[in-house]
Amino acid sequence: MNNDDYTADEIMTVVASRFLQEGQVCFVGIGLPSVAANLARLTHAPNLVLIYESGPIDTKPDVLPLSIGDGDLAQTATAVVATTEIFSYWLQGGWIDVGFLGAAQVDKFANINTTIIGAYDQPKVRLPGAGGAPEIAASAREVLIILRQSRRTFVEKVEFITSVGFLNGGDERGLLGIPGAGPKAVITDLGVLTPDPRSKELVLSQIHPGIAFEQVRAATGWDLRASGDLATTEEPTMEDLRVLRDLKQRTEAAHAMRRSRTRFS
Amino acid sequence: MPKIPKPLTTTLSEAIHEFVRDGDAVALEGFTHLIPFAAGHEIIRQRKRNLTLIRMTPDLIYDQLIGAGCARKLVFSWGGNPGVGSLHRFRDAVENGWPQPLQIEEHSHAAMASAYTAGASGLPFSILRGYTGTDLPRYNQNIRFVQCPFTGERLAAVPALRPEVAIIHAQKADRRGNVLMWGIVGVQKEAALCAKRVVVTVEEIVEDLHATPNASILPFWTVDAVVKVAGGASPSYAMDYYQRDNAFYKRWDEISRTREGFLRWLDEKVFCQQSAPQPVCLSLAGTGSEKL
Repeated sequence: MNNDDYTADEIMTVVASRFLQEGQVCFVGIGLPSVAANLARLTHAPNLVLIYESGPIDTKPDVLPLSIGDGDLAQTATAVVATTEIFSYWLQGGWIDVGFLGAAQVDKFANINTTIIGAYDQPKVRLPGAGGAPEIAASAREVLIILRQSRRTFVEKVEFITSVGFLNGGDERGLLGIPGAGPKAVITDLGVLTPDPRSKELVLSQIHPGIAFEQVRAATGWDLRASGDLATTEEPTMEDLRVLRDLKQRTEAAHAMRRSRTRFS
Repeated sequence: MPKIPKPLTTTLSEAIHEFVRDGDAVALEGFTHLIPFAAGHEIIRQRKRNLTLIRMTPDLIYDQLIGAGCARKLVFSWGGNPGVGSLHRFRDAVENGWPQPLQIEEHSHAAMASAYTAGASGLPFSILRGYTGTDLPRYNQNIRFVQCPFTGERLAAVPALRPEVAIIHAQKADRRGNVLMWGIVGVQKEAALCAKRVVVTVEEIVEDLHATPNASILPFWTVDAVVKVAGGASPSYAMDYYQRDNAFYKRWDEISRTREGFLRWLDEKVFCQQSAPQPVCLSLAGTGSEKL
């Protein structure tokens, strides 16, 4: 298989799905995390337990949800619990292995901004805000982050920390008593960044086929380093791509079908 | 003092007129599911002003209320169009003060859910393990930290939510006014129990709820008004009645992008619709009452 056979988004999604292991309990964010988590469930990790913040526990949707609380998530869940319970018992109570988040911006120490670009009182861009992410980033045993990489999204220091990565690096996170271990990997359309074990600065540890290191550096807002054992990403298999494309196709068909029901058109 | 419900004798327009007042703190809850859109549109039609709008996910309904000039302040934890992008009317209010400046009080989901729980529990504040290291406490005076008297652990504290009015949508009520909901129930129960006044719209009114013992029920004496509004949650959804209109959520991005486009939509789809004189379906095309 060569590079023209899949898109940058597809390899990002497949690589992210491989970080999830059979039997883990994953608290899933909407959008890119939700695609990758469901791909993992439909390929190598059929017993991956997916929990969404709207309340579905162990959900197995046939199509991808557009919103965090689509009906399919509730219909296919083992249980649906109240929002208060999701955050207090299941997340804060320590039942989540992996928190899987998207982000508008991420910085050198994997801190996430989804709140504001510019000054808080006079924003240039008002982003949606926190949602469930701050507590997921803090309380899940480990965290995966997925987003497309550019100078706009990968900045030296985020202007606003919505959800914590490693703050200013080193041991700061642990010293503040934040329970989870923090981001394990940031998966992008160019490669995978992982925290240096000591400084916690994100370094490039995996690069996707056909991508040059200089290209990744150019899409990063800080002086990105490559780890000593920089690996080239294993390409998506035919099976990965077939399952992913089927899932997307089913999703588009399902969402288009509902168009006929528009009440306000 | 127990509330004397007058559930089934009122209309949506009477209920909003009587229970929502200018300047109130109002919580229209429903986490993606069961969002009380019809009630929100009635608030817009009655031109309520200076409301403090409380909702974890403002969603399209608060984008519409904000754009229509009903809101002075927003208390929220995630202000986007789910799966689509920005809420343009919310952004225009925050970034440009249109149609009027909007104060914001911004939390995380976990904190807001626990603040509702504290309100429903009659406590002054709630605690959670959260916010540490984030910039949210810097801009929100209602996020503080307390020390656990037993372990010494530092925990976040937020004040209880106690809105004047909570409005929710549910699947069913019986003739006494007991309300039953299922599926993604979000914080509806907590919102209803922490508010001073409660208005509920339902898909249908039935003789017997046939509820299982652990069902999610608001007993009749906790609610002030129950109004049948079939389709009242559309374009969000009511599980087992109709699905989420994801296509409309996508189209909202375009409708709401400009002030002109939004005002045109508001005029055609909200103001030009008569308030219903009787418990009636506000669903314009009637699709809401179809069982799927």
